[in-house]
Amino acid sequence: MNIEQLLSNPTEWIFNEGPNGKIVLSSRVRLARNLRNHPFPGWAKKAERQRALEAILPVVEALPEMKEHFASSMDNISAIDKQVLVERHLISREHAAKNVGSGLVINEKETISVMINEEDHLRMQAVKSGLQLKNVFKCIDKVDTELEEQLDFAFSPRMGFLTACPTNVGTGMRASAMLHLPALVLSDQINQVVQAVNKLGLAVRGLYGEGTEALGNVFQVSNQTTLGEREVDLVERLNKVILQIIEHEENARITLLEKKVNLVYDQVGRAYGVLTNSYTITSKEALNLLSMLRMGVDLELLPATTRGVVDELMVLAQPAHVQKAAERKLTAEERDCMRAELIRQRLSKISRPTMEQGPASKQDETETA
Amino acid sequence: MLCYICKQKEATVHLAQIAEGQMQKIDLCDECAKEKGVQDVTSVSLASLLMGMAGAVEETKTEQHGVQCPVCGFTQADFKKTGRLGCSACWETFDAALHPLLKAMHKGERHSGKIPSKAADSMALNMKIKELADELERAVRSEKYEDAAQIRDQIRELESKLKTARVRT
Repeated sequence: MNIEQLLSNPTEWIFNEGPNGKIVLSSRVRLARNLRNHPFPGWAKKAERQRALEAILPVVEALPEMKEHFASSMDNISAIDKQVLVERHLISREHAAKNVGSGLVINEKETISVMINEEDHLRMQAVKSGLQLKNVFKCIDKVDTELEEQLDFAFSPRMGFLTACPTNVGTGMRASAMLHLPALVLSDQINQVVQAVNKLGLAVRGLYGEGTEALGNVFQVSNQTTLGEREVDLVERLNKVILQIIEHEENARITLLEKKVNLVYDQVGRAYGVLTNSYTITSKEALNLLSMLRMGVDLELLPATTRGVVDELMVLAQPAHVQKAAERKLTAEERDCMRAELIRQRLSKISRPTMEQGPASKQDETETA
Repeated sequence: MLCYICKQKEATVHLAQIAEGQMQKIDLCDECAKEKGVQDVTSVSLASLLMGMAGAVEETKTEQHGVQCPVCGFTQADFKKTGRLGCSACWETFDAALHPLLKAMHKGERHSGKIPSKAADSMALNMKIKELADELERAVRSEKYEDAAQIRDQIRELESKLKTARVRT
């Protein structure tokens, strides 16, 4: 399958609603593995990297999970396609910068992707919609076991799986979930939550991982440590913490509706107003407003079917996706116009949010009286 | 917030690390961040930054700039610069330097997760060989030479098994 076929398929985990799908967008687990008798990619010479790639690529392509797949060397993927893959979270930003000697295999459903010669020889990840970390772990663990039969992974009984960076040694695992937390942001509780989660040895990051902004109120919660804890225990621990964050977000939403209903209506109403009437919009503004619309769906101010449209737009409104859809090089201004057009079009069939007038207007009257 | 290093410019790069339950935060301005090699804020650069800080102690103590991996030629200086290792054998070579780093970075100091089946096989063989070696010593001490000869043969057999297992992988 070629890249056009891969990218034209809707990404399963983005459009399907999974368990706890109102708040958890996706669950992801990645494993880092290296070959014993090859230098790590960052230190290897070009020929050595090429040799490792040639050893790994056919084995990954032959996996039963990869029956229908896209596979390529990184130098055969255009810059724009790489960026689209980053926006879909199928490859890392680091991997997008790779060329000759690095490779990529992704299954048709875009639920499993294997990066070859990123920072480690193998970075394999599985992703599913909603909160289902245990299933996702099982899925990638199976892939790992199958690969291990064919490849000689660098492993030491004491240190576990050996990785290029000491932060990944041991299980080589990073499990994460993408959470949509608009109410915790609106009610200024997010910093408290982030700090509490940090104290548990877990990391909270923005939409694109470390050092990125939490655009669209989307936060990534993941483990920091990889040595000294079993994979299943870590997944269990992360799962528990995420369930607690969900509870906090739900409570924050209830409190907002009770105490600041006008703020909620205002945010959702303005988001709808701007998104359906703008003719030029940046991806940052779009993502933040789409987040408010998504919250509006959760709070039943908009029909439930709108969530799919919003989730799709949260991906399609990103720069490379807009660029890709245009099929030609766009300036930043042109991109913002095309994005606005796409959003207006997709939202055109969605009627404006319906707000209950009762308590809100009464509250206003007493305040102004 | 001002930069932690130059204390003059506004900090734009914020690094956070949990070590032993303690949150360590470092805020740097663009320039200082670049100087420290923190262009892209990944855990990797945090690790090397951490190395840089722990480095002063390490250096005076060991004076071993020259430690070099016999397999891939990677040096301790390379590690300090990149925060990454050169090959799987480096984990043995730089074990002493890595130890304190790992202790600060992780929950434990020993792997307790998945063991790949090949490694599990050779680990089991190793364990058995060790047991037999103890038995052999006991047999020799109590002058049971016939038993000892038998045990020795068993050990040899297991050792050759272990060797072929290694060759296969």
